[in-house]
Amino acid sequence: MFYREAGDYKVSYQQDSQTFPIKFDRYRYFLVMAVAFLVVPFFVNDYWANAILLPFLIYSIAAIGLNILVGYCGQVSLGTGGFMAVGAYACYKLMTAFPEVSMFVHVLLSGGITALVCVAFGLPSLRIKGFYLAVATLAAQFFLVWLFNRVPWFYNYSASGQINAPERDVFGVIVTGPNAPAWATYLFSLIFLTVCAIVARNLTRGTVGRSWMAIRDMDIAAEIIGVNPLKAKLSAFGVSGFFIGISGALFFAVYLGAVEVGEAFGITKSFLVLFMVIIGGLGSIFGSFAGAAFLVLLPVVLKVVGVDLLGWPTDIVAHFQLVIVGALIIVFLIAEPHGIAQLWRVAKEKLRLWPFPH
Amino acid sequence: MKLKMTTLALGAVMAASPVMADLVFPSLSYRTGPYAAGGIPFADGYADYFTLVNERDGGIGGVKARVVECETGYNTEKGVECYESTKGEGALIYQPLSTGITYQLIPKVTADGIPLHTMGYGRTSAANGEVFSNVFNYPANYWDGASGIINYLLEANDGDLSGKKVSLLFHNSAYGKEPIRTLEELSKKHGFTLSTLPVDHPGQEQKSQWLQIRRDRPDFVIMWGWGVMNQVAVQEAANIRFPMDKFIGVWWSGAEHDVMPAGEKADGYKAVTFHGVGRDFPVFDDIQTHVVDKGLAAGAGDQIGNVLYNRGMYAAMLAVEAAKTAQELHGTAEITPAMMRDGMEALEMPEARMSALGMPLFGPAFNVSCENHGGPGLVGMTQWDASAKEWTLISDFAPSDREVIQPLIEADSLAYASENNIEPGC
Repeated sequence: MFYREAGDYKVSYQQDSQTFPIKFDRYRYFLVMAVAFLVVPFFVNDYWANAILLPFLIYSIAAIGLNILVGYCGQVSLGTGGFMAVGAYACYKLMTAFPEVSMFVHVLLSGGITALVCVAFGLPSLRIKGFYLAVATLAAQFFLVWLFNRVPWFYNYSASGQINAPERDVFGVIVTGPNAPAWATYLFSLIFLTVCAIVARNLTRGTVGRSWMAIRDMDIAAEIIGVNPLKAKLSAFGVSGFFIGISGALFFAVYLGAVEVGEAFGITKSFLVLFMVIIGGLGSIFGSFAGAAFLVLLPVVLKVVGVDLLGWPTDIVAHFQLVIVGALIIVFLIAEPHGIAQLWRVAKEKLRLWPFPH
Repeated sequence: MKLKMTTLALGAVMAASPVMADLVFPSLSYRTGPYAAGGIPFADGYADYFTLVNERDGGIGGVKARVVECETGYNTEKGVECYESTKGEGALIYQPLSTGITYQLIPKVTADGIPLHTMGYGRTSAANGEVFSNVFNYPANYWDGASGIINYLLEANDGDLSGKKVSLLFHNSAYGKEPIRTLEELSKKHGFTLSTLPVDHPGQEQKSQWLQIRRDRPDFVIMWGWGVMNQVAVQEAANIRFPMDKFIGVWWSGAEHDVMPAGEKADGYKAVTFHGVGRDFPVFDDIQTHVVDKGLAAGAGDQIGNVLYNRGMYAAMLAVEAAKTAQELHGTAEITPAMMRDGMEALEMPEARMSALGMPLFGPAFNVSCENHGGPGLVGMTQWDASAKEWTLISDFAPSDREVIQPLIEADSLAYASENNIEPGC
């Protein structure tokens, strides 16, 4: 009914292999983009931007980055928090060293620096696999956090070891610091997310993405058919690091404004992003969005329902959050091991035949 | 069905309440997570004092106070969410009880024009009101605490610490790192050697640090810990038989729940404080009759009189007094956050006022001014008596070494001012 392919003729290869081959899907995509870019900025307030939209956008970028590494290339990483910290500290150093340069440049450069660091920590992946690689990236997590805590140069020798985002602008519009309007921070993050998602989508369906997936599915077979594991694995680490670095930079500069490395980029952050990827769906760009939305929105929704609507004590609601989120993760993994993305795919398949299934 | 209707009605009441003109005091508390042991008594004390004011005095200047509690879990991201969700309700003052969240909120509250009171925590240099217009940390700050500990040690060692070894065991975060700069300056001044031992969040893992202490044999150990870290440290000190009376914590490491797990072995452990301890104050009788007996006590109601409960109550009392000052100053009972800020800046806390509130000698007498948001910085020393299971004040409230602290406050606040293009001035 909704998803009808009848009459939707594809007359070229471009049309046949586009991201949204079904017309309804395509229009829905354009509608979402139009609302996100043209409607939301006019209505967004501080609460919506800082409590809901910014974390969702920024975690989505991180989840896309990690999904490339874990979901597409099959390299398990527990170092996401540490790599986000690299992005944040790179951004901080750049912001304070070159105040006149646009934030766009800073964030992109932070992504680039993180990509290099990520590649360096990806080198062991050429020799070790699976759980052992997870442990190696765990080492990266702890090493990076320790480094940013230990070396005062990274936090400009401030007394507390905190880094604070000074006020910086993009084409005259303030996007960091407390005086940044909600719509500006929202749009700034949204632009990065949109570009990242489009780049990731196109990378993953091209040659590079296919070589990643070949490595993921069976590395020896991939090597025999001519995929260079060195190139494939390190490019996955690099691209993933780039996205994660961007998310770390935005997380610090636009969203939080002040960061303490152990608290903001600890091991829990690595797990949080990994859960987003697993719940959302490994090897799916949409899954990254869904996973981020699920883990960012659910606690807020539970809090609003529990505390503001039902008037329960805050500690009980906080404990319930843990229980409910934990239970939902288990339910999801049992009911649909391939995540929300697979649920969505199944739902679409059903809707395509509705109301006359075979 | 009946239950559903009740919940709906309750929800409607909760949703409708912002319409009433209350004075809103958000409580960014944490009753969960590794720091809950400290967060619960503080939140209870904070809430109970406002309940007392509502029940006994009918509110502040005739207007009821409303405490909006929001759980942060000591987590900065949740702290931001709590701040944004409560500020729309007309929040008059924020007291997040977390240095990390404080750093986050300092620029935000300044932009939004809401005062922030970080009593004995947060950014120490906020004491310079010329730079931090909306941030207050009276009556004492971290650097007063550090200096107070060293002053106490000086007194105990006949004014001479040269050649002594002092170890600082600290929570490896913005909070724990705060005193290092002051202690370094003081070690230069008094000639003791300082070694620093960081403990990572959450603080259960301290074996290597205490091994280090055992090897170094310092004369004194100072602790800047919070949450579960304190209990573990006291236990570890007992395990290596470190003399407890030479182990001194900051005020965030000196509550009942920090020393109870170590039992008798914790006897003699010390901690600095900037307010009174124990239940020997008339205000507790009022709390008993107006709050506890009416079944209005916050939380489980089992924290009354604990060190951190007293601190939460003290924080609430100072907020209420500042609100009263603001009401007098502006001649209106329904004050705005901007008026509240003025009230805090004009706050005068003489001894007579505290006695009238049933809290005689509970804290130091002090005045806040536009230049000085930090108060006088008087610190006293408390000691744990394991057999009586109580903290007792063993010294008078004495001034800290402002000669060392003031230049540090100047330097740090001016660095912040130049980073953020703030023109210092009153």
